[in-house]
Amino acid sequence: MTRYLRLFALQLRVSAASAMAYRANFLIQGAMSLLWTALALLPLIVVFGQRDQLAGWSAPAALILMAYFLAVRAVMEGMISPSLVDLVEKIRSGSFDYVLLKPIDAQAMISASHYEPWRVFDLLGAIAIVIYAFAQPGAPPLSLPHLALGIALFVAGVLAAYALWILCAAASFWVVRLDNLMYLLGAIFDIARWPVDIFRGGWRFVFTFVIPVAVMTTFPAEGLLGRLHAGKIAAIFGGTLALLALSRLVWRTAIRSYTSASS
Amino acid sequence: MRSAPSRTLRALPTLLRIGVAETVAYRAEFLVWILTTTQPLIMLGLWTSVAREAPFAQYSSADFVAYFLACLIVRQLTGNWVAWQMSEEVRSGAMAMRLLRPLHPFFAYAASHAAAIPFRSIIALPVAIVLLASSGAGALTTDPVQLALLVPSIALAWLITFAVMFAIGALAFFLTQTMAIANLYFGLFSLFSGYLMPLDLLGPIAGIARWTPFRFMLSAPVELITRTLDRDQIVRLLGGQLAWAAATLVAALVLWRAGVRRFEAVGG
Repeated sequence: MTRYLRLFALQLRVSAASAMAYRANFLIQGAMSLLWTALALLPLIVVFGQRDQLAGWSAPAALILMAYFLAVRAVMEGMISPSLVDLVEKIRSGSFDYVLLKPIDAQAMISASHYEPWRVFDLLGAIAIVIYAFAQPGAPPLSLPHLALGIALFVAGVLAAYALWILCAAASFWVVRLDNLMYLLGAIFDIARWPVDIFRGGWRFVFTFVIPVAVMTTFPAEGLLGRLHAGKIAAIFGGTLALLALSRLVWRTAIRSYTSASS
Repeated sequence: MRSAPSRTLRALPTLLRIGVAETVAYRAEFLVWILTTTQPLIMLGLWTSVAREAPFAQYSSADFVAYFLACLIVRQLTGNWVAWQMSEEVRSGAMAMRLLRPLHPFFAYAASHAAAIPFRSIIALPVAIVLLASSGAGALTTDPVQLALLVPSIALAWLITFAVMFAIGALAFFLTQTMAIANLYFGLFSLFSGYLMPLDLLGPIAGIARWTPFRFMLSAPVELITRTLDRDQIVRLLGGQLAWAAATLVAALVLWRAGVRRFEAVGG
């Protein structure tokens, strides 16, 4: 276990060092992050300028959900997506052979092979939004157990997203040139910026169970706001674990059918 | 020796054929790439929910459906990724091959991207039918002049978008961080083009947005089909598109000329 932690720390250090080599770029990315956060908030600002609720969500609650969206996206785009894009490239070039040769689990090795450290700005922005939302008049009270639950559900949301990305990555063992499947997944994940309650009937079912974007942002935000009952919490964690197990299974099956590109 | 324009014209059919062949060869990627344009649908989800009980600032739920599906169609027909292509070719040195050809790269790229439009229409047309069927003709214009002007308006929107993306691609001759510029461009585009919401909902920003090129890349054709405009408004819409098309075209070609002088083929 410590071996894996050391490996992740090392990979993080390498990425950070290479990012710091382009310091101007770091600043540009920070400014960019500010712009995109503002753009993400703009529709909410316009809506709550005239309404006091959106599908049952008050302004502070909707802000908290948006913060979850920004945070999950920061982790996905800062760590998981770049790593998996890297993987697709390795499969295409054949250098994935070297990953398989290493005395370490291949999935762990590729899941954190490449970071974009400036996504930290997005994460900080998300935390600032949560603090701002709870400081608003009319904001729901925050208790310590709910905070803990909110953080645990954030981890679950990230893991659910990770599982989906791994399923996509596994597909690239069979259909090598499907790396933009990852971009498609990112585009679908974008729906997580709104509460799933804005959808009705079939779409809500799809975004809760088929492509579980609700697990990534809506449910964690509800948890932090203290709106979830025990049964639902158990179902969320259970569902996330099941999805993770499924992705692991598909990954192992996929890796068995890997035939090196170089030979 | 033939003159440059006649040479370009003669090459055009071949260029278009190559473009079609490229699109067909990479059809899976192309399809996935097209499907990644989900932004209008995501905004549609929000705004129809907002307008479900009562109209939001004169926009009913059906108006929002018509607006964002029209956005989706215009975006499908006008979007391109030439900036990425160009900066990649500058970095890899493949640009050198293009410079050898007796043809301005603007036309070569434009033809290759224009050739993809029929395939994009295959995706956009069913959406157009859904648009007509679901939100009804009530949310769309019935003015024959406006409907007739829709095609030139979309063509101009395509040209402005292409010229801007070409200019960003030409920046790769000067900068290594072209992607950051493209990112910034897309942020401003989202804000000022009506991609996030109809421009009149933007309040004070709307006044600025009306004059930016971004409005004429997306909002102009969308306004033309979803609203009934008087003659003055139509003239201003199309006039603005023409003016911005000319301005962005000149800017793109000037940037290209300045940039190509600095080009040193990498790895050549």
